Amino acid sequence: MSAITLSHVSKFWGTMRAVDDVSLTADEGSLLVLLGPSGCGKSTTLRLIAGLEEADAGSISIGGVDVTHLSPAQRKISMVFQSYALFPHLSVAENIVFGLRVRRVSRAERDERLKRVADIVGLSHLLERKPSQLSGGQRQRVALGRAIIAEARVCLMDEPLSNLDAKLRHEMRTEIRALQQRLGMTMVYVTHDQTEAMTMADRVVLMRDGRIEQNGSPEELYNRPATAFTARFIGTPPMNLVRRGDRLIGIRPEHIRIVAGGDHAARVKAIEHLGADSIVWCEIDGQPISVRLDGFSKVLRGEDIRIAWNAEHEHGFDSTTEARLENIVKEGRLAASSP
Amino acid sequence: MTDTAASLPISERRTQSQAWWNTVNAWLLLLPAAVLLVAFTHWPILATIRHSLFITRRNGTEVYVGLDSYQAMAADPIFWKALVNNFWFALGTIPTSITLALIMAIWVNRNMRGRGFLRLAYFTPTVLPMIAVANIWLFFYTPDYGALDQLRGLFGLGGWNWLGDPSTVMGCLIVMVIWKEAGFFMIFYLAALQQLSPDLEEAAAIEGASRWYTFRRITFPLLMPTTLFVAINAVINSFKLVDHLVIMTKGGPNNASTLLLYYIYEVAFTFQDSSYAATLTVVLLMLLSVIALIKFGYLDRRIHYQ
Repeated sequence: MSAITLSHVSKFWGTMRAVDDVSLTADEGSLLVLLGPSGCGKSTTLRLIAGLEEADAGSISIGGVDVTHLSPAQRKISMVFQSYALFPHLSVAENIVFGLRVRRVSRAERDERLKRVADIVGLSHLLERKPSQLSGGQRQRVALGRAIIAEARVCLMDEPLSNLDAKLRHEMRTEIRALQQRLGMTMVYVTHDQTEAMTMADRVVLMRDGRIEQNGSPEELYNRPATAFTARFIGTPPMNLVRRGDRLIGIRPEHIRIVAGGDHAARVKAIEHLGADSIVWCEIDGQPISVRLDGFSKVLRGEDIRIAWNAEHEHGFDSTTEARLENIVKEGRLAASSP
Repeated sequence: MTDTAASLPISERRTQSQAWWNTVNAWLLLLPAAVLLVAFTHWPILATIRHSLFITRRNGTEVYVGLDSYQAMAADPIFWKALVNNFWFALGTIPTSITLALIMAIWVNRNMRGRGFLRLAYFTPTVLPMIAVANIWLFFYTPDYGALDQLRGLFGLGGWNWLGDPSTVMGCLIVMVIWKEAGFFMIFYLAALQQLSPDLEEAAAIEGASRWYTFRRITFPLLMPTTLFVAINAVINSFKLVDHLVIMTKGGPNNASTLLLYYIYEVAFTFQDSSYAATLTVVLLMLLSVIALIKFGYLDRRIHYQ
């Protein structure tokens, strides 16, 4: 039993509501991503789960046990920090077994578990080094090793990949996800990178100003954004939002085509060639809109083009509340499931 | 191929002359510091060592006497008294002031009301001029109407001549110096503590380490560079104390509070025996060099520097 449940949890810094009435559940053995822009309260939420901050209101339970007022150690969790928080004066081996030594695990068992974990994270040949002698990716692995050697059922990660370069980030993303599934850990993973959220998560909780904006599977967040904020946050490039009367119409860039005699006149502002596809940045009626095209697009900057999209790909949002307008969604869903 | 072969000797010559200029530049940049160091540190040391091997006649001529001054020193009971005093003084002040400094630093490193005021209060002894400090403590220790004796009076105890009694004078000086140095050392510890990432403590807390365990295995080892720095300073200070002695005890009673540097000062400027003072200075220099060697040769290698 290692499901994590937050119910109506709040944390205030003076008058600032860092976390405001947040309720969520991470199912046992699943990976839940807390996603959001900086300052949205996702890290504070993680620290509340870890017990590094105490909640001002609400309750937190891990594996059915109310841990709201327990210390971090009593919660039996492991955590990877954004800075890795490696002890700079201790060797890699000592860093990894730190928690085992605290709990007075016997030397023989310590060595055996260290060997196993070092194999898993691929550090067997570096155990004697100090953290300062390691590359960023290797330090990340040490932090990971320290988190999994405890064999805690719950692992918390605070932007663990943000200090790595793009290639390593991609590698570690896959590795962390594989490790989480292999060890069956319940993981809460904080990131501001929606790609990480989309690729790794079983469930994504998108936060904004201390509140939950949307809680759902990556697919739901992508295909059925509950608010215009979610629509703007998810996807590279994100969903286009075009003002039409009192509502915002959202269309994914990949659903827009450039066709002669299309419904909307647009002017090309810029083109990004990504190789497999191209993003064409246009303007219609003074509003920016991005179009994703397969392959190497031949359109030119400054060119006047006509674009079109199918009505079933439209998402509607109220322009004042930014909430999703359901009638459009239903049509969209029907259209999507019919072919 | 021919192009590179032809250009190679030229570029080599160029790099050679460039390297030469680099060296000259480097030495020129070092020169000001080197001149100061040689003129005010190295040369005086050599001059002192030389001076300790000569005695100066009344007419100003120098006579080579070899190690005679050192033999005289070995037979000088006041020198030994000063050396032993200095040893006890160092032992009394260094560990206590460092421990106190560390405790105070950890105490004021937390988020609490009046933190700035507390930090300032601890640092005040360092800011005060040493003559003023000595006078304040002179008032504490004055027999009968001093602060300490008035306190004793409340319990019906009689007056005590704190600085006039050989058995208490050293203790009184030690207490004063601890009071003065702990606040100064605290600043260094405070700066070092603020360099430590709070993540480390949190990571340890998540692993279930108690506060004491975290201090013992994480905080204290990471503060070792500061501890070493502070310890070296404390040792040097314990051999450097002169001004308080001049104001408070003049080394008395019966040389019970004479420290090495104060004795050197007395020999040089009261007894006007500059060659014997040079001899004593060489001993002091050797003592401090040994400490420095231990620091650089042994301790530095065992300490983790960030």
